[in-house]
Amino acid sequence: MRQHLVPHALAGLALAAGLLATTAFTATAATITIATVNNSQMVEMQKLAPIWEKATGNKINWVVLEENVLRQRVTTDISTKSGQFDILTIGSYETPIWGKQHWLVALDDFPAAYDMNDVFPSVRQALTESGHLYAVPFYAESSFTFYRKDLFDKAGLTMPAQPKYSEIQGFADKFTDRAHQQYGICLRGKPGWGENMAYLDTLVNTYGGRWFDEKWNPQLNTKPWHDALSFYIDLMRKDGPPGANSNGFNENQALFATGHCAIWIDATSGAGLLYDKNQSQVADKVAFTAAPIARVPNGSHWFWAWAMAIPTTSKNVAVAKSFLQWSTSRDYIELVGKTDGWTVVPPGTRASTYENPDYLKAAPFAGFVKTAIMTADLNHPTAEKVPYTGIQYVAIPEFQAIGTTVGQMVAAALTGQMSVDEALKQAQASVTATMQQAGYTQ
Amino acid sequence: MNRFKTQLAGGIAWIIAILNFFPIFWMLLASFKSEVEAVQTPPLFFFHPTLANYRDIFALQDYAGYAFNSIAISVLATLLMLLVAVPAAFAMAFYPGRYTRDILLWMLSTKMLPAVGVLVPIYLLSRDLGLLDTRTALVIIDFLSNLPIAVWMLFTFFRETPKDIIEASRIDGAGVGQTILYVLLPLVAPGIASTALLSIILCWNEAFWSLNLTAHNAAPLTAFIASFSAPQGLFWARLSAASVLAIAPILVFGWISQRQLVRGLTFGAVK
Amino acid sequence: MPPDGRSASRVRTFPLIAPSVGVLLVWMIVPLAMTLWFSFRRYNLLNPMLTGFAGLNNYRFLIRDPALPAILITTVVIVLAILLITISAGVVLAVVFNSGFPGQGIARVLMISPFFVMPTVSALIWKNLLMHPVNGLFAGVMRGLGFTAIDWFGSWPLSSIIIIVSWEWLPFAFLILLTALQSLDEEQLEAARLDGAGSLAVFFFIQVPHMARAISVLVMMETIFLLGIFAEIYVTTAGGPGIATTNLPFLIYQRALLAFNVGSASAAGVIAIILANVMAALLIRTIARRLDV
Repeated sequence: MRQHLVPHALAGLALAAGLLATTAFTATAATITIATVNNSQMVEMQKLAPIWEKATGNKINWVVLEENVLRQRVTTDISTKSGQFDILTIGSYETPIWGKQHWLVALDDFPAAYDMNDVFPSVRQALTESGHLYAVPFYAESSFTFYRKDLFDKAGLTMPAQPKYSEIQGFADKFTDRAHQQYGICLRGKPGWGENMAYLDTLVNTYGGRWFDEKWNPQLNTKPWHDALSFYIDLMRKDGPPGANSNGFNENQALFATGHCAIWIDATSGAGLLYDKNQSQVADKVAFTAAPIARVPNGSHWFWAWAMAIPTTSKNVAVAKSFLQWSTSRDYIELVGKTDGWTVVPPGTRASTYENPDYLKAAPFAGFVKTAIMTADLNHPTAEKVPYTGIQYVAIPEFQAIGTTVGQMVAAALTGQMSVDEALKQAQASVTATMQQAGYTQ
Repeated sequence: MNRFKTQLAGGIAWIIAILNFFPIFWMLLASFKSEVEAVQTPPLFFFHPTLANYRDIFALQDYAGYAFNSIAISVLATLLMLLVAVPAAFAMAFYPGRYTRDILLWMLSTKMLPAVGVLVPIYLLSRDLGLLDTRTALVIIDFLSNLPIAVWMLFTFFRETPKDIIEASRIDGAGVGQTILYVLLPLVAPGIASTALLSIILCWNEAFWSLNLTAHNAAPLTAFIASFSAPQGLFWARLSAASVLAIAPILVFGWISQRQLVRGLTFGAVK
Repeated sequence: MPPDGRSASRVRTFPLIAPSVGVLLVWMIVPLAMTLWFSFRRYNLLNPMLTGFAGLNNYRFLIRDPALPAILITTVVIVLAILLITISAGVVLAVVFNSGFPGQGIARVLMISPFFVMPTVSALIWKNLLMHPVNGLFAGVMRGLGFTAIDWFGSWPLSSIIIIVSWEWLPFAFLILLTALQSLDEEQLEAARLDGAGSLAVFFFIQVPHMARAISVLVMMETIFLLGIFAEIYVTTAGGPGIATTNLPFLIYQRALLAFNVGSASAAGVIAIILANVMAALLIRTIARRLDV
């Protein structure tokens, strides 16, 4: 195809125009509606999209919403077949579930120029259901450990390449200085299946626990859950910031960026901002390492991809496809790198990004992120066998509710309103009821 | 003694008023900070103000489009509401029947159903009527959800109006319509004005239906806010700026019209 | 009272009242019927395979939920606490503002401003800029004074919600009470003062009774809105920790928009309708009688 003839060295705009020339003739001009989250990478896409609009003659209506509202909005739309959107931004959690319902258009027929093999196999697999690719990845993330190099140096300590949770606890104890609002550890505490439970699931996994046994019987009253939750609560009470029960990704990132946290275990996508001198007060002090391990290595770090899919109710499938081929292409990544700098390109999707010397220079965390993403095994998230896929979630429709209810119990245990035993007992009861109601168990 | 008391009361009133307004002022301040300054500890009162947040917002989102939808929906829903509520309140206030009280109370009780409980039914209805992402849908819903309050407010206001005037004009041979138009309306104008103002405020701030039933074409400012709240990363300063933009029109409108709003908010307490 | 007969007046008023009643009836009955229908069905948006009649299952799972009594209590506590705060503070403020002082107009504008702010926005301001235990303003002030910062949403979740919502509704209470107070006859006040009544006596025996009607109205109006408090909880605590701040609307939201379990959400919706009507019967009727409707 033509875009191969365009040398990568060309300026961003010319490059985009060249690429677009290939997609332009495949579809006639139309107006498409795209629903997306308001994360910075998507906002960047919104800023660059006029290039695509100009080249193809199509027009885009943007619906940009915060994550939770977006999820509600697109779920009601697609499950009632209302057809308000032509492109949906969804996660690796929704993709297989919706694909299975045939709510999404299969994207198996992307042209060779798109170079599907450049997309990490683990990422593709996460977006595949019954042999069909139902969404293309925009960016992907895993989780790892951020820490403050300056504090470690001052204390004469070194962070191991693969830390253990017991070691993390030791460090956190040392660095906590409440009088100066410096906290040894920052972890998510805000209830929600995508908030505190995302982190806690990885902790339970590495403690050897699982959500369900092979017959879908809930396992929340088992020892691994108990140990993991007790560890989390002890650690947070002793070394965590106040108000941890309302801290999610954003709040912790803000705390870390303003120098209040010594260690933070969270999404790899948090790295970009922390290295940005304009937004982070610790830009030259932040370092990173793998996510800690407790008992088993399985599922100690998560996998998440933000992807874009086309609902079967769309009346502009061809145009929508052409947009996806642009916005998730190698050339788009290059375009972002050239216009806005390489630190902010959508990470974690393509091998070529991690071969690009500009990116590797701008993003010292790149290698770690790549390894973390490649080693996060969605299909074997736990030490014992499970009937589900997903590391920090369970890819069944009921999980949003289950995860959030359990997240509430965990938050209650964190603030001391419930004991660990009580929280897990109630969580087990609630999950059991939901699974019965949904017909998984009798 | 008395003078001292007045001064004391004035001093207390001012302190409370300032404290009460402070959260809004603090948000305004945050909107001119950089993201890092907005989350700095201890909190910053003095800093180098920047317009960057506002610039970003205007570059990203079509503020005017959202604002237009907010205005159009609030005004149309309020007009529709007045058209239906004024005659009903008039009839109930001047010609109360055996069931007037029950009707009024029943109307108010329809407000007590949590909107989220009927989301799916309303969503399916809107879809089947082709009303998803239309201003029409929001106008109808806002109109219906404010109607009970409006009827009640107007009813209490009308009831305070001297009835002999109406009777006098009836004897003069004026019809019901004319009576309303020429005799009653001028008398109850303040009540109608404040009912309308309250309705506009409530419509403007309605977030649940505006978020769930719109996509792009009909999205008002409450949806605009949702595109700036809680993205990944630091967002407090930019969100503050977006919030200032979303509430500024209604706040200024409220300040200008507060005298009218107050005059009618009597619910029958003023003779 | 119309001098002519009842039947005659009924004929005349019907066309005036009918539109209001008609549209509200449709607005109530159609969703209600659908909600009732869904509440007896197995209906999950995310799982189209799940169909058919559920019988009373949706209700059974709801009633058996051990959290339900606590959630109903929270729903009522939120309403009562906010009523108490806004009305008592509103009464005092109304009296203070009624005394006439320099810059009264501007002070009043500042007082009523929170009423115009969208609930989501005010929740966002309070949560992130004021009550945040590390970089919020309150924490900064507390630390500046040498105290430890309060962990608002961790230690006092329900109180925090009540504070935020009270801030939003105080202006409304204040406005209505002030308007009521301003209608108080000056001569009556003067007479009381000449009789030797002190400020406190005037406050308790003249001003407060004069505001009684306005207070009744406030109780009714605010109850209607406060039973449906949702945005503030959604933004700040997401119903937690545990179920500390989960009220009935939030529970329905969890069923409807997190679980997308329409059957279960509809059952909770039906319970909410029943609760609303009980409240209407109890509270509004007693108050409406006081207002001699």
